[in-house]
Amino acid sequence: MKRIFIHIFLIITSIITLSPFVWMISASFMADGHANVYPPRFFPDEFTLVQYESLFSRLNVSVNFFNSLLLSLTVTVVSLLFNSLAGYAFAKFKFRMKDKLFNFLLSSMIIPAQVTMLPLFLMLKSMGLINTYFAIIIPGLANIFGIFLIRQYAISIPDSLIESAKIDGATDFQIYRRIILPLCMPILITLALFTFMGTWNDFMWPLIALTDNSLYTLPVALANLMLEHTKDPELMMAGSVITILPVLIVFLFLQRYYISGIMTGSIKE
Amino acid sequence: MTKMNINSEQSRIALLFLSPALLSIFVFFFIPVIAAFIISFTDFDIYSLGDYSNITFIGFKNYIRLFNDELFWVSLKNTFLFVVMAGPLSIAVSLSAAILLNSKIVKLKSLFRLSYFIPVVTTLVAVAIVWRFIYHPKFGIINYVLGLIGISPIDWLGDPNWAMPAIVLMAVWKNFGYNMIIFLAGLQNIPTHLYEAAEIEGANSFQQFKSITLPMLAPTTLFVGLITMIGFFQLFAEPYIMTQGGPLNSTISIVHYMYQEGFRWWNMGYSASIAFILFFIIFIGTLIQFKLKKNHTI
Repeated sequence: MKRIFIHIFLIITSIITLSPFVWMISASFMADGHANVYPPRFFPDEFTLVQYESLFSRLNVSVNFFNSLLLSLTVTVVSLLFNSLAGYAFAKFKFRMKDKLFNFLLSSMIIPAQVTMLPLFLMLKSMGLINTYFAIIIPGLANIFGIFLIRQYAISIPDSLIESAKIDGATDFQIYRRIILPLCMPILITLALFTFMGTWNDFMWPLIALTDNSLYTLPVALANLMLEHTKDPELMMAGSVITILPVLIVFLFLQRYYISGIMTGSIKE
Repeated sequence: MTKMNINSEQSRIALLFLSPALLSIFVFFFIPVIAAFIISFTDFDIYSLGDYSNITFIGFKNYIRLFNDELFWVSLKNTFLFVVMAGPLSIAVSLSAAILLNSKIVKLKSLFRLSYFIPVVTTLVAVAIVWRFIYHPKFGIINYVLGLIGISPIDWLGDPNWAMPAIVLMAVWKNFGYNMIIFLAGLQNIPTHLYEAAEIEGANSFQQFKSITLPMLAPTTLFVGLITMIGFFQLFAEPYIMTQGGPLNSTISIVHYMYQEGFRWWNMGYSASIAFILFFIIFIGTLIQFKLKKNHTI
């Protein structure tokens, strides 16, 4: 009895949780005005791709899609390299002030990013980089959480592996490439996932740093579109689907890495 | 080679590995933090943007002006209201979901876990737009469902009394899955023999929850409380998309106000002081949470 009750409860709450997405998808396939009806429809009465067509032809959203993809991929690749180098150094090298430096970095994670945005804007503006791709890439080159995640993982790699490679004459960079990176693959995938999705979903900084529609990422383009189309739910839902779908697909394929990353991130601190 | 030499050699190589990341963090994070602090004591505005020689130090004037700025207090009040409503609600929902999913009798756990978690990974701007239509007073799903049980339509985002609760509801929906995962990990670390012993002594499930689950979960709850608080104080995209801070400024948040002052009106000095108030609040909040932890864990 208790078992049935719990399951019914879980099913109902799951449906409630997912219902905004169901409505989003179905409204995106409706013709103009068909989502502005009472009672609301959960399924289109006639299926049409007209909203997607106008997004891609008239509103040129493919440019924004490309921007989001390019920026998210670039930031992911570069920051993965920088963070893994630093994370490995914190895990396996002995140097002065190591723990102090690491703890200092960790504690600075409570500084909200918004504090840095004004000077960052002025700095990049004086370098002529505001309203270019670099305005998004540069602040994402490395991040403390990424270093932390890789360090936590790399610390469990046995020292003997590194020692024996050294005896065989491997340089430190070769050890990093041939031993550390392959062994760290799970956490690298996790971090890649976090970075990709974080950059894709980011809104406030791209809103500030990009002023040209042809450079906007999807969330910024979508927010702008909303200003002119407050009465067009069907079009806006198609835009939301296009924005959400890529991250959702990536997540569904790699969710195991994402979940374990949250758990690693919550240990210590 | 002496030990000393090995260490200095290691330091040199470590520096090589560290420098790309640490240099970028230093230049594009720490320097901006310090610069923001300095800017907050200047009258940096749209005229200084063209010519930096127009900047003058004005001491604490920005902070004093904030103290007398009604809209700043409104944004502060709104943000606290949001954190106080959404924080505990989000933690309660995620803890309940975790406890339910942790129960042995539940089948298809990963499927339920996935459906609760999906909102977390989706793009905030996109879901805020979706919810804007869900809250539509005439055609929205929520008012339709409420209508079925006889509640008359609410103008969720148009009524100053309902706009913030509406944003709270959406934020809890968006975020509870994240904390649920952390709570699930915490629950799995509680040794089962504690429950077995309690069972033998005849403790009911509520007593077990109160005297085993909650105390054992205390460190997890602290962590969850901390990241939830830090995240929620930075409220921005939801009101930006759903209400533009309105109606009657009932949903304008600290970050939203900072954004307007800094990047709409280019009052950079004033905006930097708002950013530092935000940092200060988060810092104090963190201290309080750690103080609570010290008093609770033995």
